This record gives sequence, C-alpha cells and structure tokens, in this order.
Amino acid sequence: MSLHAYMQLKRGPFCLDAEFALPDSGITVLFGPSGSGKTTLMRCLAGLELEAKGQIQQGDTFWQDSSRGIFLPCWQRGIGMVFQDAQLFPHLNVRGNLAFGYQRTSPAARKIDLQHTIDLLDLAPLLAHRPPQLSGGERQRVAIARALLTSPSLLLLDEPLAALDQARKQEILPYLAQLQQQLDLPMVYITHAMDEVSRLADYLVLLNEGKVQAQGELSATLSRPDLPSIFDEELSVILETERLSTDTHYKLARLGFRGGELLVPDVPQQGTKRRVRILARDVSLACSAHSDISILNRLPATVRSISPASHPAHVLISLDIGGSLLLARITHYSLDKLGIAPGSQVWAQIKSVALL
Amino acid sequence: MLLGADDWSAIGLTFKLASLTTALLLLLGTPLAWWLSRSQHWFSKVIGAVVTLPLVLPPTVLGFYLLVALGSQGPLGQLTIALGWGLLPFSFSGLLLASMLYSLPFTIQPLQQAFQAIGNTPLEAAATLRASPLDTFFTVLLPLAKPGLITATVMTFAHTVGEFGVVLMIGGNIPGKTRVISVQLYDHVEALEYTQAHWLAGGMLLFSFTVLLGLQLLQKRGVAR
Repeated sequence: MSLHAYMQLKRGPFCLDAEFALPDSGITVLFGPSGSGKTTLMRCLAGLELEAKGQIQQGDTFWQDSSRGIFLPCWQRGIGMVFQDAQLFPHLNVRGNLAFGYQRTSPAARKIDLQHTIDLLDLAPLLAHRPPQLSGGERQRVAIARALLTSPSLLLLDEPLAALDQARKQEILPYLAQLQQQLDLPMVYITHAMDEVSRLADYLVLLNEGKVQAQGELSATLSRPDLPSIFDEELSVILETERLSTDTHYKLARLGFRGGELLVPDVPQQGTKRRVRILARDVSLACSAHSDISILNRLPATVRSISPASHPAHVLISLDIGGSLLLARITHYSLDKLGIAPGSQVWAQIKSVALL
Repeated sequence: MLLGADDWSAIGLTFKLASLTTALLLLLGTPLAWWLSRSQHWFSKVIGAVVTLPLVLPPTVLGFYLLVALGSQGPLGQLTIALGWGLLPFSFSGLLLASMLYSLPFTIQPLQQAFQAIGNTPLEAAATLRASPLDTFFTVLLPLAKPGLITATVMTFAHTVGEFGVVLMIGGNIPGKTRVISVQLYDHVEALEYTQAHWLAGGMLLFSFTVLLGLQLLQKRGVAR
C-alpha cells in the first residue's frame, strides 16, 4: 500500500511539520522524546486532527489533500488504532467491544477471523467481563484485538504498553511480534522504550520538535553516529543472528552473524533466528588480542570512522566486522592514547549482548 | 377518598403536561446540550446563559414576557395566528410551551455535564472502529450519558409537576384545560377547603420525595458500577 504523508499543524508554541514515507509492510516505529509530536502525527494519520493541513496518500487514494479540500473522515480511512490507555467502551463487555468494529466492517472486507483473533490474544476467558474488571495488560490485549477485527489496512499503536509494568509488557510483546508475522499487516508504533524499538521495529522514523530528523531501516538508523543526541546512552546496533551450536557444559549458545560469531548465555527459544542488540557503551577497544580477560566476545575489527558523541569526553567509533557494523563508545583520552584512527586494526571487546 | 372529580382532572392534566414536556425537552434538549458541550464559539455561551435563565428568574417574569409575546399584539402571537394555530395563552399548548421553557435548564444541565464528562476519546475510539458520527451518537454517547439522561428525565418531570407561577400567568385557571395540581391546591386553600388541600399537598410531597430518593439510589448504583 505504501503511505506518503506531509503534515503541518500549529498548536500554540508547538509546530508539527513532518514529511515521511512508510514501507508497505513491517512495523514502523515513531521514536522521539516526549513532546516531539509522535502522538499528534499519528492522530493526523488517523484523521483525528481536523485542523492539520497537508497531504496523506495511501496507494492511489488520498486520505487528505488540503490544497484540494479532500479530507476523508477517520471512520472511512480503514485504519485501526490502539490508544495508550486502551479506551475500551465501559458500557460494553469484552465481547461487545470486540464486536463493535467487527460488525461495522462489511463481511467482504473482513480479512481477520474473529475466533482466530480471540485465540491469538487469549481472550476467550475474558469475553463476558466488563472493562473495569480487566487488568491493564488484558485491556490492551482487548484493544489490540478490537482494532484488528476491523481488518485495517494500517494499524496505528500509540504507546500501547506505556501504562504497563515490565511483566505485563513481556506478556504482550510476544503477541505483537507474532501478529506482525501472522497477519502481514503494516503497523505504525509509537514508543520511547528502546527495548520495544529494538524488538519490534523494521523501520524507524525519528521525530524531534515536530520534525522528522531521520528515517530508514532500523539497524541503519539506530547506528547512525550523527544522531547520538537522540539515543544518547541507547545508541546501539542490531544484528540478525542464527544459533549455530550450544555448549551444554557451560550453557552457552554460539550465534553466528554476517562477519562473526557471538557467545551468549543459552536461553530456550523457538527457531534458530534471533535478533541481538549491542549498545555502543558496552563495546570497548583494545589494540591487541587479550586472552587474560573475562569478556567472552572479542572480535577483530577495522575502524571505519570516528565521530563526536553527545558528551564531549566521548567519541563514537564505527567498526567494520567482516561487513557488519558495530559501534563503540570510548573516551577521547583513550582514542589519543591508543592512537586509533580510521583504518586501524583493533579488537572490539563486547561486554554484553541483549537477546531480543 | 376525599378528592373530588376536579381534583382528579387536575392530577391527570398535570401528569399529561409533565410527560409531554419531558418527552419534547429530551428530544430537543439532547442535541442542544450536545452543541453547548462542544461549541467553542462565543455565541454558545450566550445561548448557555439564556437556557439557564429560568433557573434564577421568578416564574412570573418569564410568564409575563411569554404572555406579552404570545398575545395578539406580540410577535409570536401574530405568528401563531398566521399559522392558523390561534392564540396560545390560556390553552394547553401555551401551557406546554411555557413549561418547556421553564424546565429547559433541568434537561440541559445534567445532559451537558454528562457530555462534557464523557469527553472526546470514546467518540474517537468509535471513529477508528468505523462508526459514523450519527452511529456513535446513538451507540456510544447516549449509553455513556445514561446517568445524565436519567437525571434530566426525572428532574424535568418533577419540576414540571411542581410549577405554579408560570402556569398562572400563561395558563390561567381553566378546569380540564390548564388547571394543574398546584393551582387546584391554591384554589382549595383560598376556599378554606383544608382537607382536600392536605390530600393534594401531601400527595405532592410524597411524590417529590419518592422521585428524589429514587434518583439518589439510581445514581449511587451508577457510581458503584
């Protein structure tokens, strides 16, 4: 479907002025500090901001084109939306909430099966409950199912997990990842939690003060050393890995990625593919191979480039490991002391690897 | 039973008037309350104040202006004559119109407050679920505003039953046509028929108390749910 949007909205001192294109599949994450306009931008896409000016084109239909006076109201856009606080209807039970949008979707347009969705999100025991009786996690699952059952062409999720504690989050995240794989439904997802970004995103749109600062593939955008101020401590790379073997004695798994291998504590998982994330601050550099050190993952690398970090004491080093990119954050002092320059051969010592 | 035929006629007329007033006000007042709860325009504040006027104005003042406006020399009187409806003062229709104006704030205020408390988010959620604005009004807004609707219905009905000043000014005291309970009670007291007055007054007291008690219980249940 591919969606292209150019949106402008002035509200008091805040000014949204964003242009972006979304891929026609996968999960796009809108990321940025609070107040950067993520929710406003999503509401523009949904057609809930009546004062927004600009253009939204989905495939060959225009949802909005202010220059021609076109504005398709929200209920005719064919989107699904999950609000931050679920917004279930308190006068209906779970079944009634699920049926609300389903009944208003013409049978011919229904691509998503009612029973399948109930099973997928484990809602069968909740159907007769009223929203106030549900926990936060259950409410969000109902809200996600309710939106899905309208068979939307685009699913918008506004920080669906923000109001939940870590345990509830872990309960819903797998559902979301599973949904994306099973239903092949493009999603736009707002969050400022880095673990959700790195786990779910395929594509990243960075917003700051109402403007799009960068957009692109997750790994490429996340590791752009010219954007350190946004990610700051969270600046990282994402590697797609495959489990090669397991050391049953030490309980370690050997994960292969393009250009090298990593050893990580073995955890049970489905399939062999696994996304891992390595923070720039968890990578240190050495000029020679150390074996008298507790760090497991030491990889030979070539320095590609050096750029400033958000704190003047630090620098960011982009490393090439057999074709994969790795970022290391070290101090300026160490840079000079070790004499690291573009082209240097170094050893990257990876203190920790997060399995996603 | 010490109530005479004219007492029963007054009771019947009162309840007919109150039922019609309540039904018509809910029908016309709901969209008006909705508009007042959402409009940012300065003119809506003016209308909001006008709608609330009967709450603070002596009923006789309202009745007097209505009498003048609806009279044969008044603009509304000329209109009703031109429309072939005749003159409204001292008729049941005139009384109904006056009752509706007098009880308007009792319909508008609970509804407007309910609509404001509901806010926009449930309506936006409905829009993302393919519901048109009219659909949303009936399937989301009105069910959520149910406590407000109940309060508006009960208060409008009870208030219409209890009105006196406006009735006297615009309706007069015509048996079977405009003579309602409160006027009938007044007549009894004037004629020193205290027994009948007691029956009517006691009945009104009991009715009003029961209605308000019922409302309290309903609202308490609404909060508990």
